[in-house]
Amino acid sequence: MSAATLYGLSAAALVGIGLFGLITHPDPLRKILAFNLLGGGVFLLFGVIARRGAAAGFGGDPVPQAIVITGIIVGFSATALAVALLQRLFEENNRTAPQAEGSMQGAPTVSSHDGDRGGGD
Amino acid sequence: MIVAGAFDLALAVTVLAVATWCVSVRATFAAVVAFVAFGLLVAVVWVRLAAVDVALTEVAIQGGIVGVLLLGATASLRRYKAAVAERSGATQRLAVAVFCAVVFLALATAVLTLPDPAPTLAPPVAASLLAFGLGNPVTGVLLGYRAIDTLLETVVLLLALIGVWSISPDRSWGGRPLPMHSAGRADALVYFARLLPPVGIVIGVYIVWVGADAPGGKFQGGTILAAMWMLVMMAGLRNPPSVARSGLRLLLVAGPAFFFIVGLAGLAISGGFLAYPAPYAKPIILLIELVLTPSVAVTLGLLVAGPPVRDARQ
Repeated sequence: MSAATLYGLSAAALVGIGLFGLITHPDPLRKILAFNLLGGGVFLLFGVIARRGAAAGFGGDPVPQAIVITGIIVGFSATALAVALLQRLFEENNRTAPQAEGSMQGAPTVSSHDGDRGGGD
Repeated sequence: MIVAGAFDLALAVTVLAVATWCVSVRATFAAVVAFVAFGLLVAVVWVRLAAVDVALTEVAIQGGIVGVLLLGATASLRRYKAAVAERSGATQRLAVAVFCAVVFLALATAVLTLPDPAPTLAPPVAASLLAFGLGNPVTGVLLGYRAIDTLLETVVLLLALIGVWSISPDRSWGGRPLPMHSAGRADALVYFARLLPPVGIVIGVYIVWVGADAPGGKFQGGTILAAMWMLVMMAGLRNPPSVARSGLRLLLVAGPAFFFIVGLAGLAISGGFLAYPAPYAKPIILLIELVLTPSVAVTLGLLVAGPPVRDARQ
């Protein structure tokens, strides 16, 4: 078995491991971690395909390699956004009964609970 | 040959073991540490796959910045006693395990049955490299052959930052992100944050500069620069800037905007979006990298710093 095939099978296993963690973990932060493992597996699959396409004096096909670099950066962007959303969600869920600072979102908006939450995703 | 094969096998087994531990260990902190180790090990896999550019990105982003981001999140979320759902039952976990095994088998079959003379785009890239005057094929793809992807990627980074900032409540708008350092004194860290940045900044700039001809480039170098900035913030020598500062916003937008303007100029001069006039291709690519690097570095640092909080430190 060539090194590329070995790492290809590892990448497939990583996708499986990450997917398992993503579905079964109740903690959202662990879901984000598992999601990154899954992404790591997908990127490695790209790397294996790039390695097999070695030609023209290059060690691998540069096109999938460049796409993986783009993918890693986009994956980081998504992770940072997910972590920020998660922190805000925990703050909202753990907010205790109206305190001094809570006057802004006090009584007037209580009746319109479906007010500005609409719109797209 | 046998040594290399044994090394590959040991590396693959270690990567999978660390990934399994990352998913299965109970403590979130341990899982994040496992993830950082995973990022470093996968970077070695990328070197074994002859993709040094990707290895640099992997080690800087997955092993470095994502680790800092998630460790920070672990620490700040620990304040809240998680009211999350209980772990799923054994039957459900078994069903999920079977499903994931099927996904693994499908992917493994795909890997084992890849077409044998593998399709490759390396020869056309090699041809275009001559036209661009570059020595690094990955940079050639990122900034020449598929520059539109890179342009959109810098826009995605910017959009993610806008998203992170938008999550802050109205009363926090215009504030600055929470300080990244803890309250206690950390003299060793302060010393480290004074000693390392001069070296790190030189290495970061070098990696950007060398990216035209050898592994490196703006994302790898920019990440190192961002890491130096984060180190200074984590040691408490500087606080994150206020998100309302117009100079900061200009710096964030400058890179993608310049890239876009170059693309439009290509439309006017060379007859195609992001088409570079042939004799000036290399200087234009270097200029784009140079302008993008500070934007990328600042965006990455601010993404880790998180949403603004007003009057966080009074």
